[in-house]
Amino acid sequence: MSQETILEVNDLRTSFFVEGNEVKAVDGVTFDVPKGKTLGIVGESGSGKSISALSILQLIDSPGKIVGGEINFKGDNLLKYNDNQMRKIRGNQISMIFQEPMTSLNPVYTVGQQLREALKIHRGLGKEAGTEKAVELLELVGIPSPRSRVTQYPFELSGGMRQRVMIAMALACDPELLVADEPTTALDVTIQAQILELLKELQDEFDMSIIMITHDLGVVAETCDYVAVMYCGKVVEYADVNTLFKNPRHPYTVGLLNSLPRSDVDQEELEPIHGTVPAPHEMPVGCRFAPRCPFATDLCHEKLPDLEDIGDEEQVRCWIYTDEWDGDPEVKVYEPEARTTKDQ
Amino acid sequence: MSNQQVEAAPTQPKVENPRVKAAKDFYRRLKKNVPALIGFYTILILVIFSIIGPWMLSTDPSDTDVINKFAGPSAEHWFGTDHLGRDIFTRIIHGMKLTLGIGFASVFMGAAMGIPIGIIAGYYGGKIDAVIMRFIDILLAFPGILLALAIVSILGGSLVNVTIAVAIYAIPGFARIIRGSTLAAKNLEYVDAIKALGAGDGRIIFKHILPNVLSPVIVNATLYIATAILTAAGLSFLGMGAQPPQPEWGAMLNDGRSYMRDAGHIAFFPGMAIVIVVLAFNIFGDGLRDALDPKMKK
Repeated sequence: MSQETILEVNDLRTSFFVEGNEVKAVDGVTFDVPKGKTLGIVGESGSGKSISALSILQLIDSPGKIVGGEINFKGDNLLKYNDNQMRKIRGNQISMIFQEPMTSLNPVYTVGQQLREALKIHRGLGKEAGTEKAVELLELVGIPSPRSRVTQYPFELSGGMRQRVMIAMALACDPELLVADEPTTALDVTIQAQILELLKELQDEFDMSIIMITHDLGVVAETCDYVAVMYCGKVVEYADVNTLFKNPRHPYTVGLLNSLPRSDVDQEELEPIHGTVPAPHEMPVGCRFAPRCPFATDLCHEKLPDLEDIGDEEQVRCWIYTDEWDGDPEVKVYEPEARTTKDQ
Repeated sequence: MSNQQVEAAPTQPKVENPRVKAAKDFYRRLKKNVPALIGFYTILILVIFSIIGPWMLSTDPSDTDVINKFAGPSAEHWFGTDHLGRDIFTRIIHGMKLTLGIGFASVFMGAAMGIPIGIIAGYYGGKIDAVIMRFIDILLAFPGILLALAIVSILGGSLVNVTIAVAIYAIPGFARIIRGSTLAAKNLEYVDAIKALGAGDGRIIFKHILPNVLSPVIVNATLYIATAILTAAGLSFLGMGAQPPQPEWGAMLNDGRSYMRDAGHIAFFPGMAIVIVVLAFNIFGDGLRDALDPKMKK
């Protein structure tokens, strides 16, 4: 990769151990986050995108466990860090914002008290200096009359305001990487646009890298520079955002895009992806998307493809793009997108 | 930006301090529950009396007046005198301090031990939880008064030891309630959020989880004070707690027991005193539970 990368996740595996069974929520995830850029991780519910994010900060609670892989942050493998070292990274160099702004703030403390927490933990700021910085942060995230807001409790704020406060808390110590776990899912569309805009502005201002976890391809198109598409605990496609939307490679990505309404073509009906996500304990041995894939061959059902480089900064986990492809050779030539619209 | 701050300043006084607002809100809801309010004021009056009462009385609780023993209630001796001619009213007022003291102190000690135990069990879970909760189960397996009796027999009979015994019996109740609430609270998103900010376990547990799980404890504590007072009085009645001539109500009840037929007032007044205090704490505790329950908010 030509650019400087701030975070490299290699073959990350996180499992949950329930009643003697191992459920592989994240199964060999690999992606890079270039410095100062936004990486989107998309996938449907249960694809392991949130678990991947929590694994980066090692916030996986028992019965979950990171069972393997590497998380290289600026060259150091975070998985080798002990608890104390990890605590110094969290909120300081890597911050996280969560999906539910309504419940992500502690109801018994004022906004100011909560903003001071990170400053106290990492910077040792006392009450007065902390409050000054808290007011500054609230101003930064665009909260009007910040000085009176610091004395308010979370229940006095709206959802959008709370998410801004969450962002302010996450930014308190100028992190280099911000992990945003569906930051706008619980907000309505206008507020969503404002929050995304805010994140972009802050990213430019602080040269921060962002991992944006979402199931909303619209959010990806708007905010991300690179995209990793996840399916059943694995990355199936990694590309820069323009390539992904113009020329999606993996049949799953194609399916996702086909299931969205488009303004540039006349569509009678939207194209759903048929079937359902396999249950974690009955994962197919071959490609995980094979049971739902319109192009699947015996090879797909039997063997799991690797995540292969197929171009500049483009990786895909699909047999179609390998020499071993034994299905319809036309698929390879014309690529899946044209076929899905024609075939069905 | 400074403009904004100047604009913001005048709006500030209008915003009521949320703590004051919450307290007012709480009182408003408590007021709706008349028995609870009566209980609250009874406790308040009793506490005030127990502090200033002894100074207002000219008589000493241990002064004997042999000529006037077994005297019934009169203008001179409001509640009469006991078998040694001691003024029962004076003894009840002096005893109030002991009774309330044992109640508050034992519940405070029990909570101080039970809360950390419960929160640690709930937060860490797994083996730590299993070991702690089995220990708690063992404590719970003993009937309260029996456990207290056993502890007092080991430590020796005195009011301090009674307080300790009642406190030990209070531990399981607090630990269980806190553990339950902690199990729910530790999975809330704000706990993850504060963890993601780099907070350590101690900070998460005591600063962020504890205040959110305290309200059921407050209710339990109020109700438990009543139980503690009753248990302590019971132990003194059995001669294990207060030693003569301490004017403890349970001990006074025991003194009066032998003269029930001829001078019932000796047992009646301390008995009534215990009933009133326990009732006051019970109905106040019930009212508190309703008032602190956010579902009851109207």
